[in-house]
Amino acid sequence: MSNRYSRAASKVLFSTNSSIALVIAMAGASSSSAFAQEELNALVWCDHTDAALIEPFEKANNVKVNLKEYEGTGTALSIIAQSRPGDWDVFVIDGVDVPRAVAAGILAEMPANELPTADFFPAVVMKANNTSNGKTYAVTEKYGYNTISFDKTKVDPEDMKDLTMIWSDKYKGRIAIYDYYLPVIGLAGLSIGIDTADISAANMPAIKEKLLALKAASKLVGDVVSSQTALATGEVDILVGGGEWVTAVLSAEKPNLDWVIPTQGGLRWSQSIGVMADSEKKDLALKFVQYITSPEGQARLATSSCFWGMPANEKAGAHLSADQKAALRWDDQPEYLANSQLYPVPSAELDDLMQDVWTEMLQY
Amino acid sequence: MNSTSMEKSETRQAWFFVAPALIWTVAFFVVPFAFMAMVSLASRVSRQIVFTWDLNNYINFFSKSYLLKGLFVSLEITLWVTIISVLLAYPLAWIIADKVPRRWQRTALILAILPFWTSYVVRSYSWLLVLSSNGVINNTLLEIGLISEPLQMANTTTATVIGFVHFFVMLLTLTIYSNLVQLSPNYKRAAADLGANTLQTFWYVILPLTLPGIMVGAFLTFVLCIGDYITPQILGGNNELVLPQIIMLQLGRRADMPAAAALSIILMAVVTLAYILCLRWLKMERA
Repeated sequence: MSNRYSRAASKVLFSTNSSIALVIAMAGASSSSAFAQEELNALVWCDHTDAALIEPFEKANNVKVNLKEYEGTGTALSIIAQSRPGDWDVFVIDGVDVPRAVAAGILAEMPANELPTADFFPAVVMKANNTSNGKTYAVTEKYGYNTISFDKTKVDPEDMKDLTMIWSDKYKGRIAIYDYYLPVIGLAGLSIGIDTADISAANMPAIKEKLLALKAASKLVGDVVSSQTALATGEVDILVGGGEWVTAVLSAEKPNLDWVIPTQGGLRWSQSIGVMADSEKKDLALKFVQYITSPEGQARLATSSCFWGMPANEKAGAHLSADQKAALRWDDQPEYLANSQLYPVPSAELDDLMQDVWTEMLQY
Repeated sequence: MNSTSMEKSETRQAWFFVAPALIWTVAFFVVPFAFMAMVSLASRVSRQIVFTWDLNNYINFFSKSYLLKGLFVSLEITLWVTIISVLLAYPLAWIIADKVPRRWQRTALILAILPFWTSYVVRSYSWLLVLSSNGVINNTLLEIGLISEPLQMANTTTATVIGFVHFFVMLLTLTIYSNLVQLSPNYKRAAADLGANTLQTFWYVILPLTLPGIMVGAFLTFVLCIGDYITPQILGGNNELVLPQIIMLQLGRRADMPAAAALSIILMAVVTLAYILCLRWLKMERA
C-alpha cells in the first residue's frame, strides 16, 4: 500500500488509535488499589459482596476480603479451572453441587464440631450433600426458592398459584425469565408433572417444548440484576425463576411485588460455603465460614443488598426485624419447604443436553 | 562502503527496528492463536478436555441452527450499525471540519467524543432506561398521545443497534474528520473552476478522497461491533444471541474451552474476510 489512499488510511488509523488509547488511559487512571493487610479470596454469589456483611469480618480480623462474584456452578468451576492452585480460599456453591466439587477435590475438610449446624433448620442442613464419608466439606448458609415473582397490582395473584397460567395467552409479553438453566428447567418440568429428580434425556424434549413456549411468551431473559430490575421498573409483570430473593430485598420500596410457590411446587435453592482445598489460609478461611454461619453473619447475609434469602441458622431470627422476617416469610417455611424440590443434579451428559436446550431457547 | 555492504547494513537496521513489533506479534498473537487453533480441535467429554484432534466443534457449529444463527445475528447487527454510523458520522465530521471555525473545532470534537468518557457499561444501562416501557421515549410518546401502549424497544436487537450506533458514531466521526481536515481547499476551488456544483464536488471529489477515512472507520466499527459482548448482553435482553455471547456461554457456563476456541476462530475468520473485502474494495477504487 504505497499510494495516497493507503497513506491517508494509515494516518487516519494512527490518529484514531491515538484517540482510543487516550480514552482508555483516562478510563484506567480512575482505578486504584491498595492492599496493606492479609487478604482472603472468596468466590461467591453476589449477596456476599454487600459491605455490611463483609466489613465487620474485615475489621475484626484485620483482613481484606477480595470477592469475585459469579452466577451458576458451571461459571465458578470455569473460573477455578482458569486459576492457579491457592488463588481461592473460600467457595460459595449451590448446595446440590457440593458433591461434584468434593469429587473434583476442590473443597477441603472442615472440623464439623466447629460449625453451628446444630442451630440450623433441620431441613436445610443437607448432610447428604455437604458431607462425604463422614467428613464435612461444606455447610449450608442460605436458602430460598426459585418460583414465580410478580407485581400484584398488575396480575391476578390467584393466577400465579397455578404454574400453567404462565403459559397462557393472558400474560404473553409480560414475562421475564431468570437466566439460570437449572431452576427454570426444573419449573418447566414441574409444570408438566416431572419432578426435578426425574428429569432425564428421555423427558427433555417435552421440557424443551415448554421452554420454547415460555420464551415465545416472554420479553427478556436476564441475570439476577437485570431480571430484578425488569420486574422492579415495570418492564415486566412476572419473573419466572424469581422468589423471595427478588422481592424481599425490595419489600420496603416496592410493596407491590410479591412471590408465590404454585400448587405444582417450586424449586428450592441453597448455597453452601466451604474452604478451598488448595487454600494456603485455611484457618482464616474457616474463620470466615464460621462468621458467615454465625447468627449475626447469617442475618446480614439473609438481608444482603444483592438478594435476600432465608438464613440456614435459625438463631439469625433474633437479629432480624419483624418486617424483615415477614418479607422472608419466616413463619411459612414449613409449608414452603414441603412444597419445593431441590435443583436437578444432572450428569455431565444431561448437563450438556440441558445447556444445549437452554441455548436453543435463548436463540428462539 | 560499497553498495552491497550498505544494503546489508540497512537490512540489519530494518530488522532491528522491526524486531520489537515482530516479537510482540509472535508472543501475543501468533503463539496464542496457534494454541487456540490447537484447543479448537479438542473436545469436552464428561466435563474434561480431551485432545481428540477432530473438527467436531466446527461441525457442531454449522450443524446446530441455534449456534449458526448467532453468526447471522452478529452480521446483521454489525452491518446495520456500520451503515447507520457512517451515515450519521459523515455529516457530523463534515460540519466540524468545514463549517465550524478552526479555533472551535477542537472543542466541537471534544463535545462529539464526550460520551467516550463515560463507562461503556453505564452508557448501555442508561440506554436501557431510556428505551424501557417506562422510559423517556415511551413516556413522551404516551404523553403526547402518539401511542396508547408502550413500544417494546428495550431488550431487542434494535436496542442493541441503538447502543452500538451511539458509541461508533463517535469513532467514525474521528476517522472521517481526520481525513477531511487533511484535504486541501484547492480541491473544491478546482472543482468549482471546472463548473462542478456543490453536490457534484462532494460526489466526485470530496467523497472519493475521504473514502480511506470512511473505510478505516467502517472496518474498525465492524471489528469492534462484531466482537462485542457487553452491549448485546445488556440491551438485547438475551433474546437473540450474538456470536460473542455464545462464546461466553461456552466459557462461563460449560467451561468448554474447545468449543469457545472454535467459535472464536470462526469469528476471526469473518473479521479477516471483512478485511480482505475492504482491501479489495479500496484497490478497485485506486484502479
